[in-house]
Amino acid sequence: MDAATLLTQVLNGLQYGLLLFLVASGLTLVFGIMGVINLAHGSLTMVGAYLAYAIGAATGSLWLALPLAVAAGAVFGAVLERVLIRRFYDRAHLDQVLLTFALILLFEEGRSLLVGNDFHSVPIPPVLDWSVPISSIFSYSAYRLFVLAVCVVIAALLFLVIHRTRFGGMIRASAEKPEMVEALGIPVSRVQMAVFALGTALAMLAGALSAPLTSVYPNMGDGVLIVSFVVVVIGGIGSIAGAFWGALLIGLVDTLGKALVPDLAGIAVYVLMAAVLLWRPTGLFARAA
Amino acid sequence: MLPQTRTARLALVAGFVALALLPLVLPPFYLMLGSTAFVAATFALSLQLLVGGTGLVSLGHAAFFGIAAYSVYLISPGDTPLSVFVTLPVAMIAAGLSALVIGAFALRTRTFFFLMVTLAFGQMVYFVFHDTGLGGGADGVFAPRPILGIEGFSLPMGRRERGLTLYYVNLAVMAATFLVLAGVLASLFGRVLVGIRVNEHRMRMLGYDVYAYKLAAFTLAGALAGLAGHMFVVQEGFVNPELVGWHRSAEALLIIILGGLGTLVGPILGAIALTALGEASQQLTERQLLVEGLVILAVVLVLPRGLAGLFSRRARSAVAVEVATAEDTPTAQTGPLGAAAPVRTEAAP
Repeated sequence: MDAATLLTQVLNGLQYGLLLFLVASGLTLVFGIMGVINLAHGSLTMVGAYLAYAIGAATGSLWLALPLAVAAGAVFGAVLERVLIRRFYDRAHLDQVLLTFALILLFEEGRSLLVGNDFHSVPIPPVLDWSVPISSIFSYSAYRLFVLAVCVVIAALLFLVIHRTRFGGMIRASAEKPEMVEALGIPVSRVQMAVFALGTALAMLAGALSAPLTSVYPNMGDGVLIVSFVVVVIGGIGSIAGAFWGALLIGLVDTLGKALVPDLAGIAVYVLMAAVLLWRPTGLFARAA
Repeated sequence: MLPQTRTARLALVAGFVALALLPLVLPPFYLMLGSTAFVAATFALSLQLLVGGTGLVSLGHAAFFGIAAYSVYLISPGDTPLSVFVTLPVAMIAAGLSALVIGAFALRTRTFFFLMVTLAFGQMVYFVFHDTGLGGGADGVFAPRPILGIEGFSLPMGRRERGLTLYYVNLAVMAATFLVLAGVLASLFGRVLVGIRVNEHRMRMLGYDVYAYKLAAFTLAGALAGLAGHMFVVQEGFVNPELVGWHRSAEALLIIILGGLGTLVGPILGAIALTALGEASQQLTERQLLVEGLVILAVVLVLPRGLAGLFSRRARSAVAVEVATAEDTPTAQTGPLGAAAPVRTEAAP
């Protein structure tokens, strides 16, 4: 593998990892703060991707799809939290698993009713449909660089919001001692709703961003969900920094693994997870208890 | 987990007798359906040892079902079927050993981590069969059905007789699994597992090697899931990666919840109910998954104690006595994921 190929693969790995971060950060926040495991989180990326496809088909452009995916995700997430998820904060984990598994089935059936079961490709916006030359032979898709940039900006914003703002303080405090935060007059239930809405919006944005790269297809959320779980396990539950570095690690290992040993590509990330479990069962970034 | 009163035990025996007499009145098509339900029940029973027994919610249990099914295909030379006396031990040992290895890693974690890790390992097994040429790749492959007996002396498996044979064989397999698990749960080993579910910390303080007990339960459950996977191949004669997929694991959890979490009869009731429901919804509508999704939603919203819980007012002291007492204690209210660790304070960003 020469330098240009390696660079391409590393960029692909980073871009995949950053998209994973958008999904895994929501998963880890929702778990860390509400103690809810959301199996339907991957399906939300599917919803976002199909939204991008539908809007792209209707307007011929992806640009509208990205903000709309975020907005629709926030509203959808808030409603979902109010109507269903909220009732399950104090229920057994097994019930949460079944509830969110049912949501997967319902989202997929809804998708099947509305759009059908076909594969669809989503065109890259014309503005970004060109390539940046890397060497005399290789060049790199401008759209992938755009995705990379968007994800980096969002990750930075997320860090700032959580660690530097009042709202972020409420989030972190609600994760630690919800009763105490409530007693201080902060509406914890609103914070929880906002966190779920935020997670949903990020997952749907990730789906919309990745639609032109992967095309859209039924059950596309399953793979995303499971790899996001691996990210959360490696990074440590509830840790945004863990989700970030875990996602980058998984993105690079998966992409480089596929380039180097295609036959074992699907397994590489799980081997990595097993190694982390042996070394640090609570994840690389979990705080000491 | 077990029927406690004489009436409940009589009801249980009567239920098995009724199932055994059912072929006298059932048309052949429903025999196959019944057989499918018994395989699903066997699989769910094996998972119940972990979920209802030990308090371990695994989302990767289908891995062991699938590994057993694939091992039947892998050891059968060409298209030659082998005797069940060869395939069954191999399938169960393969599933049990895989459970031992995967469990050794997964059981280093608890609660949500355990759920995610079992799901991930299950998916790893899925990719092994999906991506490599080991067993027909993504499309799967026909597997020779094991001979139920030895060469020259075996149960009839012709196209006509197959339904009846499989109905009784799988009913017997399910009943045997039930009895094995009843024995296990009644033993000292089983009492320790239940103790781990109710309060893992206390069991550790009492000096039990909790990890070893959980690993033993995980391995046994894996081997019994392998029994179900083996019977699947006997019935269907093919293997594909879907056998390993996590939807099958989730469906087994649904069966357990549907039937009733704290009972050993629950998985059997749940499997029969879910199979019947699947068949009914297939005949009524194309949207089988929609029906399944709505049913799960209804179950978790209005029927959290499952079908067995429906009878509980009358038979509360009988069928569901243990789960009732366990649920009444505050420690068990954090759910079946075992030790009552306060999750919220434990996990923080």
